[in-house]
Amino acid sequence: MNAHVPHQTLVTPEKPRALASGQFKVTARDVDVYYGEKQAIKKLSIDIPDRAVSAFIGPSGCGKSTFLRCINRMNDTIPTCKVTGLIDVDKHDIYDPKIDVVQLRAKVGMVFQKPNPFPKSIFENVAYGPRIHGLAAGKTELDEIVEKSLRKAGLWEEVKDRLAQPGTGLSGGQQQRLCIARAIAVNPEVILMDEPCSALDPIATARIEELIDELRQNYCIVIVTHSMQQAARVSQLTAFFHLGTLVEYGDTDEMFTAPQEKRTQDYITGRFG
Amino acid sequence: MFLWTVLLIVLMSAIAYVAGRSRAAGLVVADGPRLHSLPSYHGLLVAAGAMLGGLALAILSALVLGTQSVVTPAAAVIGAAIAAVPLYSRSAADFRARNAFERVVLVVLVACSAVAVLTTIGIVFSVLFETMIFFRSVSPIEFLFGSHWSPTGTPASFGLIPLLVGTLLITVIAIAVAGPLGLLSAIYMAEYASPRLRNVLKPVLEILAGIPTVVLGFFAALTVAPLIRRTGEAIGLDVASESALAAGLVMGMMIVPLISSLSDDIINAVPQSLRDGSYAMGATKSETIKRVVLPAALPGIVSAFMLAISRAVGETMIVVMAAGLAANLSINPLDAVTTITVQIATLLVGDQEFDSPKTLSAFALGFVLFFFTLALNYIALRIVQKYREQYD
Repeated sequence: MNAHVPHQTLVTPEKPRALASGQFKVTARDVDVYYGEKQAIKKLSIDIPDRAVSAFIGPSGCGKSTFLRCINRMNDTIPTCKVTGLIDVDKHDIYDPKIDVVQLRAKVGMVFQKPNPFPKSIFENVAYGPRIHGLAAGKTELDEIVEKSLRKAGLWEEVKDRLAQPGTGLSGGQQQRLCIARAIAVNPEVILMDEPCSALDPIATARIEELIDELRQNYCIVIVTHSMQQAARVSQLTAFFHLGTLVEYGDTDEMFTAPQEKRTQDYITGRFG
Repeated sequence: MFLWTVLLIVLMSAIAYVAGRSRAAGLVVADGPRLHSLPSYHGLLVAAGAMLGGLALAILSALVLGTQSVVTPAAAVIGAAIAAVPLYSRSAADFRARNAFERVVLVVLVACSAVAVLTTIGIVFSVLFETMIFFRSVSPIEFLFGSHWSPTGTPASFGLIPLLVGTLLITVIAIAVAGPLGLLSAIYMAEYASPRLRNVLKPVLEILAGIPTVVLGFFAALTVAPLIRRTGEAIGLDVASESALAAGLVMGMMIVPLISSLSDDIINAVPQSLRDGSYAMGATKSETIKRVVLPAALPGIVSAFMLAISRAVGETMIVVMAAGLAANLSINPLDAVTTITVQIATLLVGDQEFDSPKTLSAFALGFVLFFFTLALNYIALRIVQKYREQYD
């Protein structure tokens, strides 16, 4: 794979319609990621716009989740992981030693593949972030934040009468929406979603996709998905990863109707992967 | 005779296995019905029959005639034959030897666990009966609420309270030492230490658990107790030469590895996804541990503590050496106190007449000890049920 290809496929102003209004929230240049000796991502460069949904697709092991976890430095928890290159969020290098990871993660939230509510009450799950960041001055303010976050996540009506019950007692789809509410509660600007629907049934999936579409108004959303249909449904931009490189990145509609690269076409038509 | 009996049973089983297997193998004929079970299962079933039959008759004869009788090995052979021959002759192509052997396995497993359970029940009842006899000469009220303990005095008095208080005092000191040390080192090992360091630290801590308590006991008596006394005198405190503090401290050191090792395993068992969820919210490591990991690990940590407390309550050797025999009713850690276990040990050391209240009181103490740990376990269970944060 040639190292310069990602540069050629960078989003340019005339290409994606979704970008016409937006401004880039996350930019990456020449990012390499290693797990010990193994290189997971090679020379990746990408610009991700604000107030839009960008989907990362590609076969398993192509590096899409790895790159997603670089954006809020969740890879820091893996001791063997090494990241080089430049990743900016709002023009600030997030791998700068002066950056406070804790602040970064409050700004760049994350929703995981398997719903992982804390073994606490529904209320405490959502209140967790505001509490540790001191976002609420008192009990009433905290109540407001919790209600607002649960409303945004479309869960309020279902749980308002049982906020004291454990979050782990909800159904899978509700748990995932609880995790989204939890992420929203700390006022992030970017929300990373790592295959958020892969553990859910089609109805719960549709509910989450609807929610993602609503959240797009206010957040920069990056979603990793194995479902091409999901990428086509929810995203404005799609990036196709293969073997640790970004093969193609552009407007979702164009990507699924007229992909530039042969490999992209093979993948989205199901010829491999 | 014992050796002969065992050898003969093994021999009979081996013969039974070979015979059963070859008979079953001989049943296979070309174009005939297939064997339901492999020949080895027919062999195993006959062998199991021989072994159990031999054991049963040998034990019966040993009980009736004594272990030295020559009849015992003979009984083993006869028993094996009686049990094995019907099984041997039953083998047929459609005989379900595989399923039958499965039932034999189940019965053996049930029997083994029944031995452990029945032994425990037996011990409880034997202690209970001796306690009843003790209560014929000393009233339960006096025993449970009396504040003076001197079983050898004239008149002898059997007041449990000083021993109970002494036991509690030393246990509290031990847990006060071991609880924070053990838990915090477990947190360090599970969350902060690099895997390499952890692989070194954990075995080292577990070596501490392997030190015989006799060694810890004289360490407490000869090193720690004088040290505490000198320190106490230097700052103007009156310290007994065998203080509860010395025994409690050393006992605490004994329990540290127990708590840290168990808690470490439990903390490691908390799913990584919960930590990830917390980190992704912008929580720091210690916030994550305090608010997510520890609450999720709480049931396990409480049971680790309970195990440690049971260990401390039941510990004898350290207290015998370091805390002394004086049954003082005191909650001052600098005084000499004694514990239930120490008194049981001293009451039963040497030649005893087994009907005097003095000796029988050991059983009553044992029963109290048993009841004490039982109550602790029950309380712990309730605490865990109330406060657990269940993850799946």
